[in-house]
Parts: sequence; structure tokens; C-alpha cells
Amino acid sequence: MEKAREKWVGKVNELVIGAEPQEGGTRKKIIKIGGENTLPFLYFEGKIPNPPVVAMEVWDTEPVAWPEVLKEEFKGCLKDPVAWAKKAVEEWNIDLLCLRLFSTHPDVQNTSPEEAGKIVEKVLHAVGVPLIIIGGYSAQKDGDVLFRVSEVVKGENCLLGIAVQENYKTITASCLSGGHSLIAETPIDINLAKQLNILISDMGFPAERIVIHHSTGGLGYGLEYTYSVMERTRLAGLSGDKMLSQPMINFVGQEVWRAKEAKTSEEEMPVWGRQRERAILWEATTAVAFLNAGANILVMNHPQAIKLVKETIKELMVDLVSK
Amino acid sequence: MYIIGERINGMFKDVAKAIREKNKRIIQELALKQIEKGADALDVNLGTAVEDPLSAMEWLVKTIGEVTEITLAIDTTKLAVMEKGLQCCKSKPIINSTSADEEKLNTLIPLAKKYNAGLIGLTMSRKGIPSDANSRLELAIHILNRWQEEGLPVEDLYIDAVILPVNVAQAQCPEVLETIHQVKMLSQPPPKTILGLSNVSQGTKYRSLINRTYLVMALAFGLEAAILDPFDEELRQAMRTAEVLLNKTVYCDSYLK
Repeated sequence: MEKAREKWVGKVNELVIGAEPQEGGTRKKIIKIGGENTLPFLYFEGKIPNPPVVAMEVWDTEPVAWPEVLKEEFKGCLKDPVAWAKKAVEEWNIDLLCLRLFSTHPDVQNTSPEEAGKIVEKVLHAVGVPLIIIGGYSAQKDGDVLFRVSEVVKGENCLLGIAVQENYKTITASCLSGGHSLIAETPIDINLAKQLNILISDMGFPAERIVIHHSTGGLGYGLEYTYSVMERTRLAGLSGDKMLSQPMINFVGQEVWRAKEAKTSEEEMPVWGRQRERAILWEATTAVAFLNAGANILVMNHPQAIKLVKETIKELMVDLVSK
Repeated sequence: MYIIGERINGMFKDVAKAIREKNKRIIQELALKQIEKGADALDVNLGTAVEDPLSAMEWLVKTIGEVTEITLAIDTTKLAVMEKGLQCCKSKPIINSTSADEEKLNTLIPLAKKYNAGLIGLTMSRKGIPSDANSRLELAIHILNRWQEEGLPVEDLYIDAVILPVNVAQAQCPEVLETIHQVKMLSQPPPKTILGLSNVSQGTKYRSLINRTYLVMALAFGLEAAILDPFDEELRQAMRTAEVLLNKTVYCDSYLK
């Protein structure tokens, strides 16, 4: 039987996160994503030069809403982002960190951009891996915070975010002057995602340095909507649409660990089985679904779930066809 | 939609003058401006009033090659001039064009093979341009067969169903559309379809309106490429809109950009 092969004209943009000393940064290694000219893991159709990557979240303040089974993994460092980042890299071999400046949100601690900049500087010096740095999900405040952060990490080629309709102008300008890439987010809508990418590139920002976040729906909470928008984005990008050829990111941990399936203890819900295993699997399963939708970066929380997903990526990246 | 910019053609006075005076700046500006306006390739045609076409073609192709590596469609009926043009191209060129006549196919297909070039095949022969879709298709099949006999990739073959001016051969306008539709069923994968669009409005009063209306119709029939004027903004907008309405590109508010 003849295999029906699709011949795509486009490919996903290749993006580098981090800069080594020869590029003007201080990172010990860099991360490369994207570059594929086929749908996820279809080696018989095209090339997938870079595997998807997993980033571990590090918060600048204790994540009080996290369930105990997640918190216990980070005992002693939940209030100390530097210790947290070091533990991630040294103990769990994490090669990409996502620093979440949650405390900057006006309703949390309203940390000033200057203070946030100092935290970023400390984390940057403590580890040698590339950094994704996001604000506290306040459109207005994130603009101010990232303006400062972009200066602090200038030359490090970070991935900053999250730019939304309300603040993309400030964040784009910051990323332009600091030489960083940026995450552009829209609410599960391919038309709006394309529109935001066009608006950002109209400011002179290279479309090749944008990463799309379609908003992440958790397993059981709308994952399938995100999944199909991501799939459509890939198909459009591979068909040659330059404004939908960007790598995609999913914030998996943030969605999973507020779901009742991850938060409810076995005492409350004995039929659901042990909470720790259940929650880890919930996070890992969600992540693997997004791998198949075309995700290039998965931002996750639990070290055990990250390990599982990284092993799965290794298995999926075994090119059976060319062997 | 694959756009071949038509402006570097000696039929235009500014181009003829630039070729005569060897004015590189005018040619290079025309090349870059067409690319800026969305051209994927550039047609290169000396026009008629050139004394030494061989050296003029070399100069023209090399002049464009100094500023861009974009695909060039070498547009001439003279074999030696065609080969000179292909020789000077920096990237994979397109031969514009062959008819379905044996003597043409026998020389141009080997040339395409030698220079790894695409080929535009016109559905016409020494007997002229057929008046209906079926006769056009016969010629398309003949060109396709000869192309495939040489083992050349089907996706490098562009079938041009030859549109005539609407004020000359109005009845043929729908026949060309039907041909475009049918060509896509000739093989798997099928050859590409192309039109020299501006010909449809030659000598008419509302040239731009006729061009864009016909392009939108042809797109709906499956047209993939056209030789057209990238500077016609309304044409470009109509094309982008048609692509959205045909679900070829994803809609967004700024889709015209």
C-alpha cells in the first residue's frame, strides 16, 4: 500500500532561548525549539530537528494555593526562588526554567518592578540554564515589570511574557530593546492569535521571535479546545502562513494543579485513588496531549511529572522510520 | 497563491529604456518593489525592440541577481536567449513558456532538466488556441505526459490555459476556468495551474476591475499561480480576500496586511 504523504511548503520557526558567552550572554547552554516541517512526530513526512522541551516553574513567592502533595516536593525552597532554581537544575536536571513573578500582581504583594528585577538578577546568576520569565498575569503591571526585567537580563536572550491584547505594545518594545523573544497570548482563538502576531510584527518585532500561547485548557477543563486550535495553527503554518508558523507553549502545571482531580485528597474521594500518583499522572497526561497537538514548550510543576514527560518525549523522538 | 511579478518586461516603456541605457537602478528597484508587494517570483521579458537579446538577457538577469535570489521566470520565445537567461539565474528558474508543439517540447523539456527549472506549458499549438476546455485539456495532457516521460517532478510543471482578452474572445473566459478545474484531476499529484492574468483585460476600459474579478473567479476554480501586476493594490486585496473566503488562509482583522 502506498503511504499518503503530505508535502508541506512551510515550517515552524526555529527559536533559540538563552545566550552563551560568545553571543553576549552568560548561559552555560542554550535551548533550541521548532524547525519542524511536519505534524508532531510524523518522521516519514518531514524533519523534526528539535525535540519539544519542558520548563519547570519557579515562583518569586510561595504558591499558597498549591496542594500539599505538590508543595512537599519543594520543601525549604518555596519562599526562596534562588534555592528553588538551584534545586531544579542540580537535583532534577532541569534545563529550562520559567520564573513566574507572581508577587508583582497588585492583589498579591504588588512587588515593584525594581524589586522584581533584583529577584530575576539573583536567579539568573544562581543557575546556568536559559530562562523564561513571566509576570503576575496583570496586563497593566506586567508591562511595567517586564520593562525593568528586560533591562536586567539584556543580552541573555530570554523568553518574556505574557503579551496580551491590552499590553503587547509595552512588552514588545521591551523585548525589542532587550533582544528577547516574547510569548503572545490570546483566548483559544486562532483568528485573534494571528491578529496579535501581525500587530506585534507591525511594531518591527521579528515574527520569528514570537511564541504562541493559545491559553491552556486543562484535562477535563477544555483541553480539547486548545488542542484543536493548536492543530489548526500547525496546519496553517505548515501550509505557509508566516503569522501562524510560531512555536507554541502550554502552561500545563498552572491548569492541572488547580483542578479538583489534582487537589482532592484520597480521604475525601477514596475511589479516585492515591492523590499523589493521580495528580502527577494528571499533569503528565495533560502535557503529553499537548505534545501531540504540536506544543514546543511545556511549562510544568511536579518534578515527577516532568520526568515522566521527558521520558515520553525521548520515546516519541526515536525516529523509527529512518532506522 | 504563487505570484509572478510581471513588471520587468520590455513592453513597459520604463523597462525598455532601462535595458537600452543599461540602467541597473531602475531594474533593481522594480525587482525589490515587486518582492515587497508580495511577488514570489519575477517574470523577465526583454520585449521586442532589443538589438542584441543574448547580451541584454544576460545583463538583465545578472542585474536582478545582484539584489535578490528570488526565482526568475525567463520569458522569451528564442531558445538561445532562454538558455542564456537560465545560465545566469542564481536560484531554480522557471521557463516561460512552451506550447504543446513537439519541436518546442523537444527543446525546452531537456533545457528544464539541464537547469533544474520549472516549466510553464501553454495549452496552445501551431493550430492556435483551442476554443473550449476539452481541447485545451488534450494539449495539457500531452505536455504533462512528455514532462513525466522525462521523469521530471509534476509539481514543477505549470499549466497555463491561456486567457484571451474578454473583448476578443468572451466565450473563452468560462472555458479557461473549467480547464483550470479539470487540470487538477489529470494526475496525482496534479501539475500546478497558472494564468497570465493581465491578458484578460487587454484593450478594455476597466482593466484593473476585470483583472481582479477574473482572478477571484479563477482562484475559486483552483488556480495556484498567476503572472500579474503586484503594484495593483485592489487586485492584491481581492486576492487576499478570496484566499480567506476559500479557507486557504486563516482570517484575522488584519488579513490584508
